[in-house]
Parts: sequence; structure tokens; C-alpha cells
Amino acid sequence: MEKTKYKDLVNKHTPKENRLYNGMIAFIIGGFMGALGELLRQLYAYFFDIPTSEATMFMIITLIFIGCLFTCFGFFDKWVNFAKCGLIIPITGFAHAMMSAALEYRKEGMVTGIGANMFKLAGSVIIFGVVSAYTFGLIRLLLGGIA
Amino acid sequence: MTFRYNNVYINATSTVAGPYEQKGPLKNYYDATYDDFYINMDTFEQAESKMIEDSVDILLSKIGKTKFDIDLFLSGDLLNQIASSSYAASRLGIPFMGVYNACATSVEGLIIGANMVENKQIKNCICAVSSHNNAAEKQFRYPVEYGGPKPKTATFTTTGSASAYLSSNKEQIKVDSSTVGSVVDLGIKDVYHMGAVMAPAAADTIFKHLRDTKREIGYYDLILTGDLGVYGRDILKEYMKTEYGIELKNYNDTACMIYDREKQPVYAGGSGPACAPLVTYSYILNKMKKKEYHRILLVATGALHSPTMVNQKLSIPAIAHAISLEVVE
Repeated sequence: MEKTKYKDLVNKHTPKENRLYNGMIAFIIGGFMGALGELLRQLYAYFFDIPTSEATMFMIITLIFIGCLFTCFGFFDKWVNFAKCGLIIPITGFAHAMMSAALEYRKEGMVTGIGANMFKLAGSVIIFGVVSAYTFGLIRLLLGGIA
Repeated sequence: MTFRYNNVYINATSTVAGPYEQKGPLKNYYDATYDDFYINMDTFEQAESKMIEDSVDILLSKIGKTKFDIDLFLSGDLLNQIASSSYAASRLGIPFMGVYNACATSVEGLIIGANMVENKQIKNCICAVSSHNNAAEKQFRYPVEYGGPKPKTATFTTTGSASAYLSSNKEQIKVDSSTVGSVVDLGIKDVYHMGAVMAPAAADTIFKHLRDTKREIGYYDLILTGDLGVYGRDILKEYMKTEYGIELKNYNDTACMIYDREKQPVYAGGSGPACAPLVTYSYILNKMKKKEYHRILLVATGALHSPTMVNQKLSIPAIAHAISLEVVE
């Protein structure tokens, strides 16, 4: 059988992923995460009497800490599996990716295990995050000048 | 390439299985099961190695022999450098040959062992195989605790180890013939759809086996493929019909038998080198001994998946080996 013909046969027997449902779940949970972040930010700003820009930092640290902690407790992977991009895209997903890799390789040495593998998943986020930040920053500078 | 055997028997088998298999429909057929993925070992990889040792120990006690009575130990698994098998072999101390054909390793081992027993090069041998869900996830996919979402066509690597003891001592289960498969690649690159990758290899081997032995498909009471999963099973049925004009009767797939897909989070079913032998050595051989099946054809299917090559945009080659087992009086 030719490869293209076989591909058709495979497609015929491959179930469709429920993209709308998955998207809705991710939208709702991602939105909830955003609201939670905003709530934390406002609370920090209000109770500690600090500027919101500083409160943002506290909020991020809190969410990262909670993400890492839940990963270590072993149930965050089940949440991620359910919420999908709703939990992967926010900062919790980044923390979770690093923490899960660190847990996985903890028995293979500090340097050769944890150090070498912690960024296995998160490394490309950093690389392309930096590259795109640079690119878009440059575009903004060229278009709008120094604000 | 098909071999016929006159004098090779499976005298005993042993199966040990992990926490998910323990909750599956075949739970009462395994010799031992484990409640967790570590089995009192430090890491998943060491746990997998321990499972092979345990299954060989159970097998030795079943046949009443010690490791010094065994001529050859054939074993394979999914880990890099077939590490689980090598470390188990290092502790067992039986002359060892490591084999690897991904999830077709079990039947590959049986074929090599059966040929050597048939030709009287060895008196007996143990063919073992193992896989460990978390160790495989770690090596081939994402960290276990990451829990990345997967499509419905993904399969769930079984945790367990299965061993078989082959010799020329006549007993109920006879190894009748075997067919060594060729590598087939129809261009599928989706690592989450191994059923589609392996179905053409299974079809090719089944067709060649029937052609070489001049048998009809109805000759077998049961044809079992290794780990195609529910979608791969449907693909194989249709592919077999359109490509070879053979309608698969009395057919099932071990991936669909080992778990309860309704209740367990296993996507399209089981996979891994241990999937086919865990079902066959426990449940199926049990049925054969009760004469519910007289002749079966076990077609273990393996996706020769290398993450490196897939990242280099190459498609995944697949292989299937077949072995035919018969009940004799």
C-alpha cells in the first residue's frame, strides 16, 4: 500500500480530539489562574502597602512556589492532564516543568542529574522567550522610539 | 523466514505485574503483582530490573531448578542499552544474550531460544522481557510528574515482566512454528499513534506466516497481536483485508485485554515489551491448558522508535515476529 493511501486509512480510524471542549477547559481554568494572580497582586499591594509592580513579583513567587509544591506532592500532573494549557501556559506550568524534571533526575547526581536535566522541558521556553522578547523589543524601539 | 519445530515446548511461564495491571481484568492470572512503581528499589530503572529477577525466580521455583541448570538467558526491555535486562543478568549469572526489538522482543527471544533448543545447541533456556511505565515515560517522553496531555491514540506502557522456560521436555504447550518479520515503514511519524506505525508490520508477518506454512487464517483458534491498541486493531483489520484480502477472524490484541479502558486512564490500551507476554503467558496459556484454545498465533509488534530519529523528522519503522503455539496431548 502506498504511504498516502495508508495515511488515509489511518486517519479514518483515528478518533478526533475534542478541541472545543479542551479549549473551553483551558480557557476557564487559565482565566481562573489569571484572576487568582490579579487577586493576589491586589491583596499584596493592599496589605503590605507596596506598589503593584512589586506586588506582581510577590504574586509570581507565590504561584511558582505553589506550583512546585503541588508537583512535589504528586497531584499537579493529574491537574495538568485535565486542565491542559489552562495550567501549562501560566507561570505554574513553567515551574511544574522544571520541578518535575528535577524530581525525575534527582537520583542521578546534582550536576549530571538535576543540573543537566532541570531545563530539559523548560529550556526551550527560556531560549525562545528571550529571543522573542529581544525581537519584539527591537520592533517596538524601531516603530515607537525610546518612550 | 519461517521455522518449524518438532521438539520445543514451553514448560512453564511466570508473570509479575505492576499497580495498574493489578487493577486490570487479568489480575487473577499473574503470579505476583506490586502495589507501587518502586518495588522497594531506589529508582524506576532498578525496579524494572528487579521485576525481571523476580519473574525468573518464580519461574525457577515453578520448574524446580536452580540457575545453574539453565543453559541460556535471553532478555530484553525498552531502556537504553537494555539496562534492566543486563543488570538482572548480572545478578542471575546465567549465560546471557540481550535482545531488542522494542515491543516485539518477547517473541524475538522465544524464536532464538526455540531454534537453539530445536537444534540441540542448548538443553533449555529462559526468555524474559520487561517494561516499566515510568521508566519508559522518562526515557521516551516527559518526566513522570509532568503529566503532559496525550491524544486518545496514545498507549500506556505496561509495568511488568514475563518469563518463559523452553526445553525439549514434552509438555502441553508446544512451539509449532515461528516467523521472523521484516521491518516495515509506511511513513507514520506520530509517536502517539504506535498502533498505526505497527499495524502494517503485523499484517506483513501474519501474511508471510500463513503463506510459508500454507495455512488458512481459520487454522488458528486465536490470533493475538502485541500492542496495537483499539485504533491500531481496527487499522490492522482493514489493512489486512484491502492489502492481502484476508479477513481477520478470531482476532484480538493484547493491548485491549490487559486493562479496563473504561475505568483506567490508559488511552488506546497497553503497550511495551511486557504487554503481549503478560497476557499470553498468564491468561491465554491458562485457556490453552483448559483446551479452550488449541492453536494460537502470537504476533508481537514493535515500533522501533528512536526519539533522536523522530526529532530528525524520520518516520518510525516497525517490526512484528510471530510464534505459533499448540496444545499437544
